[in-house]
Amino acid sequence: MKVSIYRYNPETDREPYMKEYEVDTGGKDLMVLDVLNLVKEQDDSLVYRRSCREGVCGSDGMNINGKNGLACITPLSLAAPGVLDGRKALILRPLPGLPVVRDLVVDMTMFYNQYEKVQPYLQNNTPAPAIERLQSPADREKIDGLYECILCACCSTSCPSFWWNPDKFLGPAALLQSYRFLADSRDQATDERLARMDDPFSLFRCRGIMNCVSVCPKGLNPTRAIGHIREMLLERAV
Amino acid sequence: MSIRTVTFDAIVVGGGGAGMRASLQMAQSGFKTALISKVFPTRSHTVSAQGGITCAIASADPNDDWRWHMYDTVKGSDYIGDQDAIEYMCSVGPQTVFELEHMGLPFSRTEEGRIYQRPFGGQSKNYGEGGQAARTCAAADRTGHALLHTLYQQNLKNGTQFYSEWYAAELVTDARGHAAGVIAICIETGEAVFFKAKATVFATGGAGRIYSSTTNALINTGDGIGMALRAGVPVQDIEMWQFHPTGIAGAGTLVTEGCRGEGGYLINKDGERFMERYAPNAKDLAGRDVVARSMMMEILDGRGCGPNGDYVYLKLDHLGEEVLHTRLPGICELSKTFAHADPVKEPIPVVPTCHYMMGGIPTNIHGQALRLDGGHQGQAQHIPGLFAVGEVACVSVHGANRLGGNSLLDLVVFGRAAGLYIEEALRQGMDQAEPNSDDMDRATARLRRWDDSRSGESVASLRKELQTTMQNAFGVFRKGDLMIDGVKKVADLRGRIGEAHLGDKSKAFNTARIEALELDNLLEVAEATAIAAEGRTESRGAHSRYDYPDRDDENWLCHSIFDPKTKQLGKRDVNFKPKTVDTFKPKVRTY
Repeated sequence: MKVSIYRYNPETDREPYMKEYEVDTGGKDLMVLDVLNLVKEQDDSLVYRRSCREGVCGSDGMNINGKNGLACITPLSLAAPGVLDGRKALILRPLPGLPVVRDLVVDMTMFYNQYEKVQPYLQNNTPAPAIERLQSPADREKIDGLYECILCACCSTSCPSFWWNPDKFLGPAALLQSYRFLADSRDQATDERLARMDDPFSLFRCRGIMNCVSVCPKGLNPTRAIGHIREMLLERAV
Repeated sequence: MSIRTVTFDAIVVGGGGAGMRASLQMAQSGFKTALISKVFPTRSHTVSAQGGITCAIASADPNDDWRWHMYDTVKGSDYIGDQDAIEYMCSVGPQTVFELEHMGLPFSRTEEGRIYQRPFGGQSKNYGEGGQAARTCAAADRTGHALLHTLYQQNLKNGTQFYSEWYAAELVTDARGHAAGVIAICIETGEAVFFKAKATVFATGGAGRIYSSTTNALINTGDGIGMALRAGVPVQDIEMWQFHPTGIAGAGTLVTEGCRGEGGYLINKDGERFMERYAPNAKDLAGRDVVARSMMMEILDGRGCGPNGDYVYLKLDHLGEEVLHTRLPGICELSKTFAHADPVKEPIPVVPTCHYMMGGIPTNIHGQALRLDGGHQGQAQHIPGLFAVGEVACVSVHGANRLGGNSLLDLVVFGRAAGLYIEEALRQGMDQAEPNSDDMDRATARLRRWDDSRSGESVASLRKELQTTMQNAFGVFRKGDLMIDGVKKVADLRGRIGEAHLGDKSKAFNTARIEALELDNLLEVAEATAIAAEGRTESRGAHSRYDYPDRDDENWLCHSIFDPKTKQLGKRDVNFKPKTVDTFKPKVRTY
């Protein structure tokens, strides 16, 4: 099969280019990461991130035939119609909207900065009991669909609002994590958390495009979380 | 080679659960600490841990007792776990788990609002007399993810200085062998820097990538073991590799023991629940070594499933959709992706798969690395400046077989213990080892060797050959002649890897260079494993030999110690002296 990969080495290339490879997959429905590993055996200068190879570490987010996803859990049959049977090339590009370091590796600094801005840690100033803090199953259920985020950046880098204002708009990943703590019955910093987002950019640049929902490899829904934060801000205002 | 030096009180190498628990402890104390990780910390392999963290917090059973957990762990270790260390882990455990909850770890809950605990393999009440216990604290089946993200968040809060995507290439020691820090490469720029510190903590994790089939992440290449062995530090019980009963056949991805804890069970091609024959009491929740061997016997006896009869099935559908989706949501996802089987409707094809390295750098309960003075049976001495925690260390709390859920506990208990010890030692004044130019040359030799390579075999092909050799000769069942042959093949590979070729010499984000450096470490781990496995002439825990089928307490109720300088196997006494409870004496181990 044909694989077309975005290549750029800052030491030798003046500009990026697409390089074509021919890979023998034996007709198998491999994962995109397996295909990348086969290409690297041919050409060890190809660069990409990978770690767990099972969709939980979030290293190998990339743009696969136009859609962001994790290479390790995207089989060729789902990459795009025609890729598996060789009618179409597998096209791999770095996540959009972030500076490219080399080939498929992007500089994630802006993404991590937004994550850190939401103070992504539990805040509770009452003295801790000798055992765990109690939480009812119903309260615990409120953070399902939020805590599972793996910080792969597929969502934020598919979001046009994040492309425009990656420094001022927190982006879907960071907002999902913000809500993860707002929704946690053990957290006491609700007001401070909301106050920090009460400006035209941090949260309100979300235009409900929902690219984040359609690409999230863990099936999470940042748009819904953003909606909940909006409601909380509204209630706080009246 | 002149390189830049940066100086810290302490450095931690590795951003998994053990490394981040240690760095958190030190960051809170205000000492200048750096955490060096070859991946962004939440990409570390702890993230893949599923089922939970085993600990007697007395939620599922108000009468639970850490001493019962200790008994199970000693028995699980096949009696070569050190009882002082197991005592420490099991007794301090509840406090460390409550700390994690206070940090925000989103544990699943019981109706009373306490932490949810599920049954896991090898667990009992009342020292094996009270039936199955439920002692594994869980956040659904994503406990490792929840734990790792929580620790990262706390490190952010406490201002730990992260060096993410920096690769530690070599331990720097002075002429006396004291640790002075590490040489690490900034992956993004290719710059090599000397991280100088009074305390160097290895938290580099395991090395499952020495096998071709493993549940381990691609990054688990034994970097800490490789650095230690090259610096002359010995490794202990390195022949002890756990094969997890349930890796997805073909893909190798892990399916948590929690599936069997929740009531799933294994069946052969006749649909028989075969564990009833091998472990009449505990059945599917026997020790992992016992279950893995039973599965292999079914397969070897022709009762395996599938067209080639090379796997068995894990049956879960009888648990019902609701239990599966609330308790095991991640497994449902993984099974659909990698086995094309929806556990709600059909069983998952599974096979024993390399999972965990019980052996490692010998340490005491403070994480201080040890070496033996005077060779075999010598007195253990700590190596000034060097610490090891987590999977890279061998305290030893796992002995010859680790119990499920005990690895996450090991990480946080001993990461924390090392942090506490170093904090106190720094307060009292620790020496900084001062390497001279020869020491620095030695520590950077390997970087130059790859950069100077002009021709030779490729890293990918040599790595594949090494993995195949280990898979064939050092798997679930082992045999003397095959292992002798395996030792020879690994020795041959040492020569060839020493002359292998790195094609890409560029600086920026050169992962080919990192993979080459990792290959050196895989080789070190493989060689130590091969020699130690061939040398231990008995069967114990995960080490099971056709030619020595029985446990031999007379000769081998001890740790093995592999000395990298002589490449010989020595012995070290196991600790049978817990401080607050009576010794658990070796018994025949049945489930």
